[in-house]
Amino acid sequence: MVLLFLEVSVRPLGVACSQDTNHNNNHHQDQHSGNATHVKKAFPVLSLDYHHIKAPFEVSLWVLLASLMKLVPAARQLPVTSGGLTEHQPGKPGEDTALNCLGEKPSVSGFHLVPRLSGIVPESCLLITVGLLVGGLIKLAGEDVPPVLDSRLFFLCLLPPIILDAGYFLPIRPFMENLGTILMFAVVGTLWNAFFIGGLLYAVCQIQPANPSILHQLELLPCLLFGSIVSAVDPVAVLAVFEEIHINELLHILVFGESLLNDAVTVVLYHLFEEYSGVGTVTVMDGFLGIISFLVVACGGVLVGALYGILAAFTSRFTSHTRVIEPLFVFVYSYMAYLSAEMFHLSGIMALIACGAVMRPYVEANISHKSHTTIKYFLKMWSSVSETLIFIFLGVATVDGKHAWNWTFVTVTVVLCLVARVMGVVGLTFVINKFRIVKLTTKDQFIVAYGGLRGAIAFSLGFLLDERVFPLRGMFLTAIITVIFFTVFVQGMTIKPLVELLAVKKKQEAKRSINEEIHTQFLDHLLTGIEDICGHYGHHHWKDKLNRFNKKYVKKCLIAGERSKEPQLIAFYHKMEMKQAIELVESGGGIKLPSALPSTVSMQNIQPKKPPPPKPVERALPQLPKGREEEIRKILRSNLQRTRQRLRSYNRHTLVADPYEDGLGDLLIKKQKMIELEKKIKDMNNYLTVPAAASDSPTMRRARLASDPQAYNMKQQSDSVPTIQVDLASPQSPDSVNLMDEFRQAKQQQQEDDEQGLMMKPPSGPHKPGEAGEPREQKLMRCLSDPGPSADEEEDEPFLP
Amino acid sequence: MGALQSLPGQPQYADLAEKTGFSYDQIGVLHKRFNQLSHNEETLRRDHFNDIPDLACNPIRSQIIEAFFDRRNFRQNGEGTVDEIGFEQFLVVMSHFKPPSLHITDDQREKIRKEKLRFIFNMHDTDNDGTITLEEYRHVVEELLSLSETLEKNTAKSIADAAMLEVASISMGHMEPDEFYEGITFEHFLKVSTQKTTLKYYIE
Repeated sequence: MVLLFLEVSVRPLGVACSQDTNHNNNHHQDQHSGNATHVKKAFPVLSLDYHHIKAPFEVSLWVLLASLMKLVPAARQLPVTSGGLTEHQPGKPGEDTALNCLGEKPSVSGFHLVPRLSGIVPESCLLITVGLLVGGLIKLAGEDVPPVLDSRLFFLCLLPPIILDAGYFLPIRPFMENLGTILMFAVVGTLWNAFFIGGLLYAVCQIQPANPSILHQLELLPCLLFGSIVSAVDPVAVLAVFEEIHINELLHILVFGESLLNDAVTVVLYHLFEEYSGVGTVTVMDGFLGIISFLVVACGGVLVGALYGILAAFTSRFTSHTRVIEPLFVFVYSYMAYLSAEMFHLSGIMALIACGAVMRPYVEANISHKSHTTIKYFLKMWSSVSETLIFIFLGVATVDGKHAWNWTFVTVTVVLCLVARVMGVVGLTFVINKFRIVKLTTKDQFIVAYGGLRGAIAFSLGFLLDERVFPLRGMFLTAIITVIFFTVFVQGMTIKPLVELLAVKKKQEAKRSINEEIHTQFLDHLLTGIEDICGHYGHHHWKDKLNRFNKKYVKKCLIAGERSKEPQLIAFYHKMEMKQAIELVESGGGIKLPSALPSTVSMQNIQPKKPPPPKPVERALPQLPKGREEEIRKILRSNLQRTRQRLRSYNRHTLVADPYEDGLGDLLIKKQKMIELEKKIKDMNNYLTVPAAASDSPTMRRARLASDPQAYNMKQQSDSVPTIQVDLASPQSPDSVNLMDEFRQAKQQQQEDDEQGLMMKPPSGPHKPGEAGEPREQKLMRCLSDPGPSADEEEDEPFLP
Repeated sequence: MGALQSLPGQPQYADLAEKTGFSYDQIGVLHKRFNQLSHNEETLRRDHFNDIPDLACNPIRSQIIEAFFDRRNFRQNGEGTVDEIGFEQFLVVMSHFKPPSLHITDDQREKIRKEKLRFIFNMHDTDNDGTITLEEYRHVVEELLSLSETLEKNTAKSIADAAMLEVASISMGHMEPDEFYEGITFEHFLKVSTQKTTLKYYIE
């Protein structure tokens, strides 16, 4: 009976498990059954079963290694001589070691004999080195080096996150503006490279006169195949290196865009030559088919991506009630776009880029702020780990694997790669400059040529080659790895000093100011108008038509609720205000935020001195944009402008901190600062007061408008509105500064939203006895021409003492 | 030079070409368009512009049309507006949008850039007092938002306010609380414009 019981319980287990564990279970089963009849062993209290978890455990180990590698640069800052990687800073005896830990990258000073490694070596090189070490260790230990850079793993798991990250955050405007140039480089440039390298390699291989080497075996087609594999600029490597050198946007988008778009060319060429290498000949017909295939691959990939992007946008329209899974839709739809494209042998990379770029504006309009942050974080995390893993695996795969080193082949390959790239870039630029308004200078050309790095994609494509069809696969792989190492190490390391040397324009801090936005839109419309007057259908005309189509039809479908009608300028403005508001709150009054141009100009300086003629009372329409933004915007704008803040540069790498996450310690510091700030304000006799929240909630309720709060319902989609009472709090009340508490309370209480949130009709009630009954605090909003029935009366006299 | 339809005569074209920098071909094309718009009359009036269908969807249509009739854009240091323009003035206004030729000196480039910025400045500064006041700026933003369906006048105002403040901060630096910032002068406009990366596509 025991037997039966065991069998029944173990059998389903055995079915469900993998091969390995199946064996184990059967083994156990036998054992048990055997034991039941023979000897009863002691029940195993602790047993080791590695096979059970082998695969996931190893994966986790690799990921852990990659993540720890990311920590090393930070650890390197510590003045600890660990493995000779760090050096002390001589010459400054009294320096606090803690300062070193703060992560300031010390520059190479004359005192240093050996500059810090992190300054000159890009991360990718270090990672490859680590991979080499790890591979070497594994080999020394006698184990089989796992085939980590297995092509399936690479293309299906490691590459997509990086590309999705790139595609989702692709700066659309520069990309589109330079699309012609990028396409030229990607398509024509890659074709040129492939044929040049392949052809010349074949020629070189054939010229060995006397001693026939294995090179003579090399046919033309395999050479061309090799050429096409090794000529593609790799997006991963480009991203890794260019991220650190901060060149200007134009060059960055040129090289990066090229690396993304040349995937289509690579795919077509690869498959074309691979197919026909076995046969040995390529006819004109095949060439023609190849061209058609290229169009299909490229456009098909983009279409598939766009389709999934639209689906994702449409789905996100309905997620207002289940905010938690919003990021999941983004990821899953994108991944499916990639897989679908790969299924048809279309360009998966282009599909992914198209998907990310298409869905982004709509998804961002629909999802909550937290989901947005989640998506950002996850994409960054995955792509970061993926990139690290790829480089480490490159190192490991180098150690492993049969290499067939052939001096001629390898050196010729490396030289040809460089030469072909330079020639290609120079030639193409010559042609392109005829059509560009902003010409590419020689410096630009140099950077573009020098930035053509090869990476893991080339290696994986080489790995995929069939040994039987390509007997020289080993040699190919060796050459590919050498090229990769050369470009990543030599070019990667030297590009930074070269950029400095040539004084290439660096990336300007994108200010994203409201002025710029206004003028961009103005210019767009102006140029479109001029084109219309000329009767000339230039690219402004078509862009404008696309925008109008987008606004009229597409946005209505894909964006939920009212946001679909929000004009771009207003959306931008709200976004900016939100950011400023959150930053302000985060920094506790904003005194610390650095501003490049501190100025004391505030709102009152620009308001007209004489009161504008009395206007008829304009009732602001009861239309509710995002209520929360309205609230924060009004209060904080006053404070912002007074404290001379500038917008932090919009960088896709900086993530806005969550105001709710601050710890208690920060709270107290902020409280302190707020108190000081208010003291200052009082002295300044300024009418713009600090948003000081009273801690008791009845205050807040009373702070709301005269108009009926019940008329407006808060939108379900956003977090609760933190209504803050704006009051010139008496400094002695310690609770007056507790902004954080206010937020929390607001959150709990589900405050209702008002358009006019904080217009201060006399809120000073019995709870603020100390106030010298001055309606000063009510004048707060005055200068900000914001809506509110009460605002109208006050608007007539802006700055009355 | 291309074979074009009946021209007023080459000498006049030569004169225009020199003044505006267009080539003969371009002048020919623009002349054709001028005739098309003005229904073969000698002068163009505002209502002729209203016939252009695509222009109707443009939010700043009226400002663009005004720019054509603004004497300040005729490069003759005039002021005020006219009611109708001839082909020459049409061409002069259009020449503001010509991409510069390749081989010009830096000085010339700077001059052309200033001219183009001046054009935009004139479009904003409707009362021609040399500054863009807050009211005028508000008007600009309202026009930009005029075609959208949401009637958020106050948002338009606050956007304009914020933008104005930014320009003031950049150009003035330090101001006492009771000082008054008149408006954006052309110098301030230039200063702010150097930082706008998007403008470079128009200017260069």
